[in-house]
Amino acid sequence: MEDRVVVTGMGVCAPNGIGLPEFERALQKGKSGIEFHSELEELKFSCQVAGKPNVDRIYLNKYFTKVQLKDLNATGVVYGVIAGTDAWEDAGLEQNMENPDWDSGVVFGTGILGVDKFREAIYQVDAGNVRRLGSTSVVQTMASGISAYLGGKLGCGNMVTTNSSACSTGTEAILMGYDRIKSKKATRMLVGSCSDSGPYVWGGFDAMRILPRNYNQNPKQASRPMSTTASGFVPGSGAGALVLESLESAKTRGAKIYAELLGGSVNSGGQRNGGSMTAPNSEAIVRCIQDAVAEAGIHPNQIDVINGHLTATSKDATEIDNWSKALKRSGADFPYINSFKGFFGHCLAAAGSIECVGALLQFRSKQIFGNLNCEDLHPEIEKKVDPSRIPQASLNIEPKIIAKASFGFGDVNTCLIFKSYTN
Amino acid sequence: MKEEQFLKLKEIVSNYLPDDVSSEAIQRESNFLEELNINSANLVDIVLDVEDAFDIMLENEDMDGMQTMADAQRIIQTKLEAK
Repeated sequence: MEDRVVVTGMGVCAPNGIGLPEFERALQKGKSGIEFHSELEELKFSCQVAGKPNVDRIYLNKYFTKVQLKDLNATGVVYGVIAGTDAWEDAGLEQNMENPDWDSGVVFGTGILGVDKFREAIYQVDAGNVRRLGSTSVVQTMASGISAYLGGKLGCGNMVTTNSSACSTGTEAILMGYDRIKSKKATRMLVGSCSDSGPYVWGGFDAMRILPRNYNQNPKQASRPMSTTASGFVPGSGAGALVLESLESAKTRGAKIYAELLGGSVNSGGQRNGGSMTAPNSEAIVRCIQDAVAEAGIHPNQIDVINGHLTATSKDATEIDNWSKALKRSGADFPYINSFKGFFGHCLAAAGSIECVGALLQFRSKQIFGNLNCEDLHPEIEKKVDPSRIPQASLNIEPKIIAKASFGFGDVNTCLIFKSYTN
Repeated sequence: MKEEQFLKLKEIVSNYLPDDVSSEAIQRESNFLEELNINSANLVDIVLDVEDAFDIMLENEDMDGMQTMADAQRIIQTKLEAK
């Protein structure tokens, strides 16, 4: 008998809110976390707006030792450790101080870690000062630094690793943790992802001319998923984390349960048939969604809400079309759909995990959160989906089943199906 | 070693103590790893801070022989005298 997998803890460090209560309020009320950054203006970025968690007011000694905080210059590590530690605490779990917990593991993904630290190192190395790098250059910049910081803090003795699949990373990490518990190789998995802030992460996207250029004076309007005037994704950053646990363990502990993860699917379009390094093969997306629905053992009609990838580019209409094909639903029969990127932009490797936390908060608050900046729905989207299914403000409707998908560069896809949990 | 120099070294080392070790624990003979429970990786950071604070340069061999506060004080003293 396979274990059922439930979510028993969550943590988030997002541009529009740090910690569950603040983040939940922001999503309910339509509070954006996108701001103008003068640093980007000085560096002559075309897009000078971005989403960055405001950690200045967070007491970091709660999350790091004094020695760790010294010379810490890796924003992704800061965001990830905040979200991961909070999720663990939210699940009512202790930090294992004496011995490792062999049944608890970590899958915490990232795209690139400690970019600012790496920049410091590059300057030192180029100046012939390699001996002056100090001891933390490696741990702050290795991709698995984030899972290592968390695994060490919490004392996890099961698999502790970092995955990386571009903008699909966070959602994929959740599925990897799910598989680990489902196959009885672990009881609890802290899963999620983080993404660094700053010009060295966002610059490459600015250079690709895929970020909006005309909203530097109106940052809150810049990220426009599903809108006719969508003109590119706003770069973001942060971290999201979930504690996944076998239902048996959660019940034994008397833990609160946010949702059950019924199943999911991960695949790639092989960069064929319309897919490329930067664009998705639609057939793969349709398959990914259908496989997730099949794995979850539900009928497509049972899905109440979709939390899309929907980055605010011209591809949004294609994504909607793919959901419609995969679920064979359209018009007023289409599930409610939202994209949280209107609130905080595209948090890249952290997008999937932050958005999953947001999606699951809809169960808790018995609401379907609204969208921002799509009053002017894209006509191609309106052809497929009745506008009533794309809420402009939060609706007091209690969702039962939520589908979440993320798609990434390299033509990689992940889709998850969550169900509300009742005893 | 002069008291002033010991205090300077003590201040540097205290930055690398685990949160549950007080700087009071730092004595003239303390072993960095075994007694003060400092992470061995942080010895290189202590060396860099010592270089900056005393305006000296330590060689890799100096670091290898630096197990205790006493070792560090002796090495610093030697370097200062050689200046």
